[in-house]
Amino acid sequence: MGMTITEKILAKAAGKSRVTPGESVWLSVDVLMTHDVCGPPTIDIWKREFGPEAKIWDKEKLVIFPDHYIFTANTHAIANVAKLRDFAKEYDLPNYYDPGTERYKGVCHMALAEEGYNVPGTVLFGTDSHTCTSGAFGMFSTGVGNSDAAFILGTGKIWEKVPESMLFWFDGEIPPYLTAKDMILQIIGDITTDGATYRAMEFAGPGVMSLPISERMTLTNMAIEAGGMNGIIEADELTEAYVKARTDKSYELFKSDPDATYHSKYSYDLSKMEPMVAKPHSPDNKDTVRNVQGTKLTKCYIGSCTGGKLEDFQFAAKLLFGQTVKTPTYIVPASTWVDQQLDVETVNGVSLREIFVKAGCTIGESSCAACLGGPSDTFGRAQDDEVIISTTNRNFPGRMGSKKSAVYLASALTVAASAIHGVITDPRDVM
Amino acid sequence: MEKVITGKAFVLGDKIDTDQIIPAEHLVYSLSDPEEKKKYGYYAFSGVPLPESGLPMGHKPFIKGDNYQSEYAIIIGGGNFGCGSSREHAPFALQVAGVKAVIAESYARIFYRNCVDGGFLIPYEGFEKLNDKIKTGDDLEIDISANLVKNLTTGDEFLLKPLGSVVSIIEAGDLFEYARKTGMIAKG
Repeated sequence: MGMTITEKILAKAAGKSRVTPGESVWLSVDVLMTHDVCGPPTIDIWKREFGPEAKIWDKEKLVIFPDHYIFTANTHAIANVAKLRDFAKEYDLPNYYDPGTERYKGVCHMALAEEGYNVPGTVLFGTDSHTCTSGAFGMFSTGVGNSDAAFILGTGKIWEKVPESMLFWFDGEIPPYLTAKDMILQIIGDITTDGATYRAMEFAGPGVMSLPISERMTLTNMAIEAGGMNGIIEADELTEAYVKARTDKSYELFKSDPDATYHSKYSYDLSKMEPMVAKPHSPDNKDTVRNVQGTKLTKCYIGSCTGGKLEDFQFAAKLLFGQTVKTPTYIVPASTWVDQQLDVETVNGVSLREIFVKAGCTIGESSCAACLGGPSDTFGRAQDDEVIISTTNRNFPGRMGSKKSAVYLASALTVAASAIHGVITDPRDVM
Repeated sequence: MEKVITGKAFVLGDKIDTDQIIPAEHLVYSLSDPEEKKKYGYYAFSGVPLPESGLPMGHKPFIKGDNYQSEYAIIIGGGNFGCGSSREHAPFALQVAGVKAVIAESYARIFYRNCVDGGFLIPYEGFEKLNDKIKTGDDLEIDISANLVKNLTTGDEFLLKPLGSVVSIIEAGDLFEYARKTGMIAKG
């Protein structure tokens, strides 16, 4: 019997010829990623458990991207970054990206891709639930807590239960008014926030493979919002070109067998899909933009690892060109590279940055920013009973700051269209 | 491992995500400093909207006043308990607040793993939805060997799902103790 891509990669990492869903296996980890929120406690647990002689299993495989609470005066947050800095110095770590220096990269999931840590066929664990983003590169990636990360830090190993796989197949080509965010909000709405718990979400079909890399990352990023262990997309020529341009590490391409077993299969026709939102207060509270259009907004937000990539800003700039926003609109590039591209990429000969500034948007520095609320001085944080439309990935109560706020999740196209009118607006009405 | 867990129930609804368990703005505190870590107990469940805090009536804060420990030691949750982020600060905060066990209809994977691998508390699943059968403040007794929870206030009894393959980690204490027992890592 055949295997899925997830099963093949886990079998390789477990040193086995095959694995079966439900089976617990010990995996050899290729990359461990951590950041400023979970890195310090991970280090403390590692020291406590492995003692004064604690050794990092492989310094080349440890990657630290401070990204959550970077532009804040909060003294505890500053101390956490300092702790990572000292740790990197003490152990002479090659893959530490210090805030305040040219090495600072922004949000870890984007930076993992840009810096060449996402390699097809490998296994990557990170102390962040959106670590599943890296699965867009034909690899296994998932989030873990501090104890699991500390265990990996000392041993290079971790246990995992082999997941059943769910297949999400997309036919057709994506129309200009849709984005990957609409695709994944549709799926999460269909299967709910625990529809994929302990399972792999495999995205496939011509409608997926015609997407650029960063849009594929939007699909895998939000696998966790359906409870998925991992999201995964087979690597193709586009993936290989992206990876080769960033690393000389060797890689292995895995594909699901035609007779692989799936828990369930879902099929979508992109030509029949609608721009979608997730209404407050859950990512599975789906509706069409049409059904909620006219909802009055106090803030628009384009940013985060799922909605602050270059494509997202290209989508937004096309609609915001020559327009003025009616609602305060916050722009947060996911990475410093994306930030630089705002000056390079143009629409009608005008740079994205100039389009956003002229439209009246406020542009912040690359970091997780208000996606998860954060300290009280966080850029774009939800205040009081605000009603926000955002390209971020979660809208549980209080996620973006204030417990009283209400957040709609949507594509960058829908957020930009809504910014122009000050109410939720279908992008087709301004295109 | 304790054989019996007793305590008062604190009842919550479905989809209690990690931001409701411990809001992201509080993740800046040290988890190892003995004084600073008390903040995690103090802010535990502070993200739960008050009408849904302590069901069925709601409006019952999990933590009273300036305390960092709660009068409730057993959490009764609904579906997808602990969904959202990977922050181990969530089960840690509950442990600091004095929680010994959660009984939910189902769990998000990372939260469940964190409870077990970090040895913070025991994550039980019920065979049925229990957050509409148990009330906040009820006195509960969990018999671990029998996988049974008794409601001492009402006399009801409910069977719980066996802990399954993770029981060996729970019995050892946490993932590190398990690895020492099985020879995966050196004994400290």
